[in-house]
Amino acid sequence: MTTQPPAGPPRILPTPTQENDFYWEKCNEHELWLRSCNTCDQRYFYPRDLCPTCHSRDTTWVQASGRGEVYAYAVVHRPPAPAFAEEVPFITALIKLEEGPILPTRIVGVEPVPDAVSIGMTGQIEFEDASETISLPVFRPG
Amino acid sequence: MTTASDLSRVAAIIGVDESDEMGHVPHKSSMQHHAEAADNALRDAGLTLDDVDALFCAGVGTVSVAEYLGIVPKYTDTTSIGGSSFLAHVEHAMVAINAGLIDVALITHGEAGRSTRARAGRDATAAGSQFEAPYGMIGAPVAYAMACSRYMHMYGADRVRQGMADVSIATRKWALQNPKSFVNHPTWIGPADVGYEDYHESRWIAWPFHIMDCCLVTDGGGACVVVSADVARNAKKNPAWILGSAEGHDHQIISQMPDLTRTIAYQTGPRALEMAGVTHDDIDLAMIYDSFTYTVLTTLESLGFCGPGEAPDFVANLRTGPGGDFPMNTSGGGLSYAHTGMYGMFLLIEATRQLRGESGDRQVEDCNLSLVHGTGGELSSTATLVLSNS
Repeated sequence: MTTQPPAGPPRILPTPTQENDFYWEKCNEHELWLRSCNTCDQRYFYPRDLCPTCHSRDTTWVQASGRGEVYAYAVVHRPPAPAFAEEVPFITALIKLEEGPILPTRIVGVEPVPDAVSIGMTGQIEFEDASETISLPVFRPG
Repeated sequence: MTTASDLSRVAAIIGVDESDEMGHVPHKSSMQHHAEAADNALRDAGLTLDDVDALFCAGVGTVSVAEYLGIVPKYTDTTSIGGSSFLAHVEHAMVAINAGLIDVALITHGEAGRSTRARAGRDATAAGSQFEAPYGMIGAPVAYAMACSRYMHMYGADRVRQGMADVSIATRKWALQNPKSFVNHPTWIGPADVGYEDYHESRWIAWPFHIMDCCLVTDGGGACVVVSADVARNAKKNPAWILGSAEGHDHQIISQMPDLTRTIAYQTGPRALEMAGVTHDDIDLAMIYDSFTYTVLTTLESLGFCGPGEAPDFVANLRTGPGGDFPMNTSGGGLSYAHTGMYGMFLLIEATRQLRGESGDRQVEDCNLSLVHGTGGELSSTATLVLSNS
């Protein structure tokens, strides 16, 4: 499922690097992929060549289910940068993915009020096409 | 081999001061605040810029500041770990003094945080720019608010909210007794003396934070002079001896924080106290970085002043305010006195003044031992000092 990006001033979009362009390419195909360590068998985020748990460099990519639950959230009222002036209020969240890692994202599909969300609430990652090459993973409860 | 406790009392703080004007100072640059504060703190120490042999800065580099001041340091350190940097500088100065490399270290801070809202350019390839900024996770309020939501979930939203209100209001009451507080500045808008109702009705910045949960954004500077024991013994004022110190960090961006309800203070606090050979009960004054009310709650627990989830009860009934039995942030804190962006310098200034008995109306009685604790970034870094006036 695709979420339409909000209209308004220019977005702040990621600048993929050599180390994470695979991640963004897969997001653009509406798939969520995580780095995985072949030595300690941990999935981790954000994508990087060195496993942050056991420090092994023997790592690979695995596709995530996209299922997860709300770990923490905020309802943002004051725009944190001019690019967000027309978007407030909105809900930022840290989502604990089924595979273990924490994914920073937005919660979509609910009113931007504290009681619309609860910690532990489950849901699914979907993708917002922010530009031709960048699709941002977002979280929809349900 | 040298152990941490061998470093106790090898160095002391003998000079502190703010820049000339604090609060809303649109006609001065960050560098002017550095320079004024440096000159004022050295005068407080009875020294001059010619005596300085080491320079420590954060954010802006020592190369820039030394050039502006016209000094040629033989030891230089631009450790930038956020608002706790200046406390880490004190530890680094102590180590360099112990090694016999320097005798007089100058630590300076200046930030026109209010009048120069432009932030340093972001590195577009950094993890925060890649994975948090596109969602509007930019700046401290959003990051700390998310951490606070987790703490509320674990320990009960209503009692945590009450603890946040207690920290906010108790700190404001101290600020009213500090002539340099922004809430006493002519440009301050709104009521200065506030109660619980004002807190609960104040507008949202990023739920769960009201504006009264958030630190100020002000202009200003501060400086601190750290010297060897030999220099300190001949100082014109009573030194604040460095009994204990520790620093650490366990992440940078908030989504990488190992536990949103505990900072790395759980390591730096006990290490600094052990080095000093004192316990929590010995502390007369706690100076705890208050970027947000939540920062104080999680820090008190992480430092070990109380157990996990107990901070709302620990601070209840304005216990940390004037007349309470746990005086904390007597300057009025980042919440109500000054917060330029990297506030840690101002913790050192107030602790030193209190230990000297120079804090006027807000002076804590028999204040002999202070724990001074900085938190930087997105609850990322901490540095803890234990200072004594004897």
